[in-house]
Amino acid sequence: MMYYSRLRMASVIGVCLIGLALCLPNFIRQPSPSLPWRQIHLGLDLRGGSYLLLQVDMASVAADRLRGLQDQTRQTLLKAGLGYRNLATGPRGVTFTPRTPDETQPDLKALRSMPMNVPGEFRVEQGDGGQIALTLSPDAARQRAYDAVTQSIEIVRRRIDATGAIDPEITRQGEDRIIVELPGISDPERVKNLLGTTAKMTFHLVADSAIGSAVPPAGVEMLPMSEGQGTLPVFSHVDVDGADLTNASASVDPDGGGWAVNFTFDSTGAQEFGDVTRANVGKRFAIVLDNKVIEAPVIRGAITGGNGQITGGFSAQQATDIALLLRAGALPAPLNVIEQRSIGPSLGADSIRAGGYSLAAGFVLVIAFMALFYGRFGWYANMALLANLVLMTAILSLFEATLTLPGMAGMLLTLGMAVDANILINERIREEVARGRSALQAMQAGFERATATIVDSNATALLAHVMLFVFGTGPVRGFALTITIGIVTTLFTTLLLSRMLMVRWYARTRPSTLPV
Amino acid sequence: MFDRPLLRFVPRGTKINFMRGRFIGLATSAVLSIASLILFFHPGLTLGLDFRGGIVVEARTQGPADFNVIRAALASEHVSAAGVQSFGGPDDVLIRLDTPPDSEPDHEARTQAMVDSVRHAIATLPGAQVLRADAVGASVSRELFRNGMLALGISLLMILAYIWFRFEWEFAVSAVVTLVLDLTKAIGFLVITHFEFDLVMVAAILTILGYSTNDKVVVYDRVRENLRKYRTMPLAELIDLSINETLSRTLGTSCTVFLAALPLALFGGASLSGFAWVMLFGIVVGTSSSIFIAAPLLLLMGEKRLRRDARPPARS
Repeated sequence: MMYYSRLRMASVIGVCLIGLALCLPNFIRQPSPSLPWRQIHLGLDLRGGSYLLLQVDMASVAADRLRGLQDQTRQTLLKAGLGYRNLATGPRGVTFTPRTPDETQPDLKALRSMPMNVPGEFRVEQGDGGQIALTLSPDAARQRAYDAVTQSIEIVRRRIDATGAIDPEITRQGEDRIIVELPGISDPERVKNLLGTTAKMTFHLVADSAIGSAVPPAGVEMLPMSEGQGTLPVFSHVDVDGADLTNASASVDPDGGGWAVNFTFDSTGAQEFGDVTRANVGKRFAIVLDNKVIEAPVIRGAITGGNGQITGGFSAQQATDIALLLRAGALPAPLNVIEQRSIGPSLGADSIRAGGYSLAAGFVLVIAFMALFYGRFGWYANMALLANLVLMTAILSLFEATLTLPGMAGMLLTLGMAVDANILINERIREEVARGRSALQAMQAGFERATATIVDSNATALLAHVMLFVFGTGPVRGFALTITIGIVTTLFTTLLLSRMLMVRWYARTRPSTLPV
Repeated sequence: MFDRPLLRFVPRGTKINFMRGRFIGLATSAVLSIASLILFFHPGLTLGLDFRGGIVVEARTQGPADFNVIRAALASEHVSAAGVQSFGGPDDVLIRLDTPPDSEPDHEARTQAMVDSVRHAIATLPGAQVLRADAVGASVSRELFRNGMLALGISLLMILAYIWFRFEWEFAVSAVVTLVLDLTKAIGFLVITHFEFDLVMVAAILTILGYSTNDKVVVYDRVRENLRKYRTMPLAELIDLSINETLSRTLGTSCTVFLAALPLALFGGASLSGFAWVMLFGIVVGTSSSIFIAAPLLLLMGEKRLRRDARPPARS
C-alpha cells in the first residue's frame, strides 16, 4: 500500500502528461494539418447559434404510400383489362370490388404479381362480400418511415449546405425527429423556410375532359394553380417524377420578362419524359410542385434531350430557391419545426464570461479552503484537483464533446466531488493519528478505509448520471456527460495521483508525525 | 499554510448526541415536506419554457427599454397576448407568447411564424437586437416534461438498487425516503423563489440528489464499519458515534462545494444562477438530512434487525 513502484509512478505521471498534451488543442492553433487536433466544441448556448428540432410528418408518408398503392392497383387492373368498383383507400390499405365475381381470380393473380418496394410490403386477400383488400404490413410501413427519415436527413443536409452555413450538425433523434444545429446563425428564418418546403416535383397529364365538372372522376385530382385563382384537373398518375432530376438552375426567361428554372433529367427520367411527350402531342402536361400546378404547357412534340424549363413568372430569388430545392431533391414528407432555440452571439459571449469567472472564483475558493484546513496534504489535494481539471478537459477534447453552460456547472460539481474524496482520505488519516497510530500505519489505514467509501459514493453518483445521460435530452445530457467523465477522472486523481504525492513525500522525509 | 493546517473545522472527538433529537428532526422535515407539497399544488411551480411550451424572446434595446414602443411594434406585426417584462439590466426585455394549443391544426407552423413576427417587430426598433429566441411546441414540452420526470425517477431507483446491493435493505430504504423528502423540499424552494422549473432545473435537482446520496453513503459506510467493529453497542449510540466520526468530513465537503457554487449563484449570469441557488439550497438540505433524517430513519427501521443479537438500545 505504501510502496509505489517506479512503473506505477511513471504511468500516473505519463497519463497526466498525455492529458496535458490533449488539452493543448483548446488553447493554441494547429501547427500542422497532419497532427490530429481534437478540441472541445462550445455549445450553441456559449457561442450563439440556432437549434431546430424537426419532425417528419409520418402520416403523410403513410398517406403517400397508400395513394401510390391505389394508383398502382388501378394501373394494373386497367392493363389486364379487368374492371373494378368502389376502389377506396382505408387507413391501412386499398379495397375494391371486382366488376363480376368471375374476375376475382384474375384480379388476385394480377395484383399478387405487382412489384413491391420492400419484400412482403403488402398482402392481397379476398375479403367479405367478394371485396378484394390490399393491406400494407406494419413492418414494411416502419421500414418505410425509417427510410423516410434517413432520406430526409440527407436532403436537409444538402439544402443547408447550399445556404453556406458553417459546421451545421444534423442528427437523427428518436423515430421521426431530426435535430439541426446551426452555429453562428442566430436567425434561422431562411433555413426554416427552405426546410418547410417539400419540393416534390411531378409531371401529370391534364384531364381536359374533366374541366368544369363538379366532382372529379376516379383517378383525377383537382389541384390548385400556384399563380392566380382556380384549380386544374390532372390525372393522379405520376407520368414523370422530379426525383429523376440531375440538375436544376435558374436563368432569365428567354421568351420575355421574369425568371425560369431549367432542369435536366437522368437517363431514366429522360426516357420517360421522351415517351410521355411523344405519345401525348397536343395535350397539356402539368408541372406540379408541392401539389400546386406551376404551369401546364401544351406538348408540341417529343422532348427527348432530357432538358426542360419551367417559366412560371418567377422572381430571381424564387427561381434560385426552386432550383436549389430541386437540386437538393424532394423531401419524402413534410417537415415541421417543433422546437426552435436561437441564441445571439452577444449573449453567448456574456454567458461564457460570467460562467468562466464564476468557475475560476469557485476554484480559487476551494484551493484556499483545502490549503487552510489541510496544510501539506491539502496542497497535494489541490494538485490532484488541477490534474483532474486537465484530464477532464483532455477527455472532453478527445470525444470532441460539446461544452454547454450546464456542462460547466457539471465541471464545478466534479471539483466538489474530487475535493470530497481528498477530504475523506485526510480525515481518515487524522482519525488514525488520533488513535495513536504511527505515521506509516495511519496513512496506510487511512487510505485503505477511505478508498472503500470513495468507491461506494462515486459508483452511486456514476450510476445516477449514466442514467441521466441515457434518458436525458439537451442540457441535461451535457451535464450528465461531464459529471460521468468527472467521476472517472476523480477516481484516478485521488486514488492514484494524490496518494502518489503523499507516499512519495513520506518515502522522502520519513516523518515521525503527519502534518494533518 | 504549506505544511500544517491552519484551521480546524470541527474539534477533534465530538460526542454530540444527534439521535436524542431524532423525532424533532423527523417532525421538522415532515412539516417542511408537507408544506412543500401544498405549495406544489398551490400556487404550484413556475414552469419554464421547456415544460410549458410557448415562445420566449429576449432582446436588448438601445437605451432603457420602452415597453409601449415595443408593444406597438409587436402589434404592428399582429402579435397579440404578448407579455413584455424587464429582466437583467434596464436595456433588456423579455417577451413571452403563448403558442396555440396542439389541438389546433398547423399549430407548429403558426408557432414558428410567430417567432419570425416577433423578430421582425424587434428589427423595426433602432439598435435593438435579439439575444435569444426560443419556441417550444406544446407536444414537445409535454414530452420533455415526461422525460425529465422519468430521469428523476430512474435515478432514484438506481440509487435504491445500488445501496441495497452494497449495503442492506434498511439502508437503501432510509436513503431513498430521505432523498424523496429532500426532493420535495427542493420543489418547495422552487415554488417560493419563483425560479422557473425547466430542464436545467431537473439537472440541478438531480445534482442535489447525487450529492445528498454521496453524503448518506459516507455516513452509512461508517455505520456499517462500526456495526462490525462494536458488536454489542446499541444502534442509537453506534449511529451517533458514526455521525460524530464523519462530522468533520461532512461539514468540510459541504463547505467546499458550497464555496465552489457560491460565485456561480452570485455572478454566473441569468442562465446559471438559478441552477446554482438550487444547488446551494440542496447542499444545506442534503447535509442536514444525512444527520437528522437518514440516520434516525435507519435507527427506526433497523432497531430490530441490524442489532438483533445485541441488548435492547438505550432509550434517551
